[in-house]
Amino acid sequence: MAHYSAPKQGKASQLIDVIVLVALTVGALFVPLWLGMAGSTKTVSNPAEAPTWEALGQNAAQAAQYEALGYDPASAHDLILARFDYSFTAGALIAMIVVVVLYYVLLLRFSESEYREVIAEKFGEK
Amino acid sequence: MADIDITSKTMDGMGPHGTKVGLLRVLGPAHVWALGVGIVLVGEYMGWNFAVGKGGAYAALIACWFAGILYTCVAMIDSEVTSTVAAAGGQYTQAKHIVGPLMAFNVGLYLTFAYTMLEAANAITAGYLISVVATMTGYEGALDQRPFIILSILFLAWLNYRGVLATLTFNLVITAIAFVAILVLFVSTSGIIGTGIVQHAALFEGHELPYGWIGVLAAMHFGLWYYLGIEGTTQAAEEVRSPARALPFGTLAGIMTLLIAATLTWYTCSGVLPWEFLGDGVNGSVAPLFDTARLSGSNALVWLLGIGTLFATLASANGCINDASRAWFAMGRDKYLPGWFGAVHPKYRTPYRSIVFLVPIALIFALGAPLDQVITFSILSGLLEYTFMPLNIILFRKKWPMGSIKRGYEHPFHPLPAIVLLCLCGITFFAVFLGYGTQLVAMIGFYIVVSLWFHFWRYRFVNRGAQFTMPWPKPQGY
Repeated sequence: MAHYSAPKQGKASQLIDVIVLVALTVGALFVPLWLGMAGSTKTVSNPAEAPTWEALGQNAAQAAQYEALGYDPASAHDLILARFDYSFTAGALIAMIVVVVLYYVLLLRFSESEYREVIAEKFGEK
Repeated sequence: MADIDITSKTMDGMGPHGTKVGLLRVLGPAHVWALGVGIVLVGEYMGWNFAVGKGGAYAALIACWFAGILYTCVAMIDSEVTSTVAAAGGQYTQAKHIVGPLMAFNVGLYLTFAYTMLEAANAITAGYLISVVATMTGYEGALDQRPFIILSILFLAWLNYRGVLATLTFNLVITAIAFVAILVLFVSTSGIIGTGIVQHAALFEGHELPYGWIGVLAAMHFGLWYYLGIEGTTQAAEEVRSPARALPFGTLAGIMTLLIAATLTWYTCSGVLPWEFLGDGVNGSVAPLFDTARLSGSNALVWLLGIGTLFATLASANGCINDASRAWFAMGRDKYLPGWFGAVHPKYRTPYRSIVFLVPIALIFALGAPLDQVITFSILSGLLEYTFMPLNIILFRKKWPMGSIKRGYEHPFHPLPAIVLLCLCGITFFAVFLGYGTQLVAMIGFYIVVSLWFHFWRYRFVNRGAQFTMPWPKPQGY
């Protein structure tokens, strides 16, 4: 394989590359946050109307620990009753699997073509 | 057989482009242990308890042990490859030589973001802890945590800028203190000395598996947090005196230390704190070991665990700055990123530009995002990296079979650890999907976009053959 000489990158171009990368990174975390779609939100689906430790499902030992931590039934209500919702659709699961698999296929295929160039230049053609 | 001896204590031939010009070789096995455990031990002090929130206390224990298996596989695989590819950048450099440039670029980003986000999470916890201490010592009102977050990151970045030996010696001391604090809390609360205060049966009653078995799967998401970062030992590869001895020893000793610390932490905290409080790391227990000490009735334990938590966060953030900057530096040196980042400080021999550049990135996340989101971002980058590792070791053994090059360490039972690791990664992807699916897709979307950017734009600035710097024979099949 003919020797590949990489072009020299100007300072402005280097700066733009860094800005692009940083913008993408910050966007990956903050865009879902700004859109309110990031992470899981626990919700209280069955609130207790007059919260007592019994109504919150706490036995004496559990209630004693909450009181030692400075909680009463009212202030501990949301903390105790909030739950994740793990229901999901098959479509969402399949979409997730497809995205993950596609990502690795893309990585391996492009990497392999680049790697062959590297080896050919380093060691010569087969 | 290649003519370079990886077991040499004076020269491993892994400098850039076959030269000896690189970072300063001053570290021993204890430093490697301190780097690995120092980064991770904070996982016992905060963050792991989100696993309790996702599935209950028993689910968190099961996740702790399965994640322990996952990381044992990681440590075994990593020890073999790293003791053979002993150069700054760790898994990034491995990927470059074994899989290909695009994979290497992605792995470099996984490392940088996993560690930078972990550093941000540490700074958030340090700020929280200082605000709690202020309240306990009589300060009225809500203390502004932001100055402490900023100061923590700036101080540790400065320490890293000045030199790796001082940085990791500092880590060794504060990590040891944080580890001893966990042991003291366990001994004091479990009944081994004095009256025990743990009451697992009473606290678990009626809440054994609050989400059923799907909660156990979901808990694997934050189960990784018990150990996340142990693979960071490889980042010191170019700075250890004897990579073939120090890296496997330090890494495997580190995972054993963490398995013990994680189990003791779970036992102590879940036996004292109600699971709903323990499992909510935002509104409930931000620092569970510290909260457990608060309920012990002992001021000495409160202070010890407060200091332990602070030291653990500082040690972790310190190690994270060390590792993230090495990965970023290595990519800059290879022109995967602008070459400006590939500079070594003329006096301190540290990758100073990379260290300084990553400071504002860490601050953006530490000051602008909630703790669980930052942790999830870190875990996802780590998970993508662990999924790469089985592919890496399989290709490594295929391209350079046993005997074709000298390995510093050969891990047993290949390919079983790789297969187990791949299966556990698949389970963890599903666990993240349960509750944090949007972030998972956003994260992978990010990596797909930057991969296309690298392949079609950035890679033109990279020399081809010069990337391959290991003194190895041509890989089989090429």
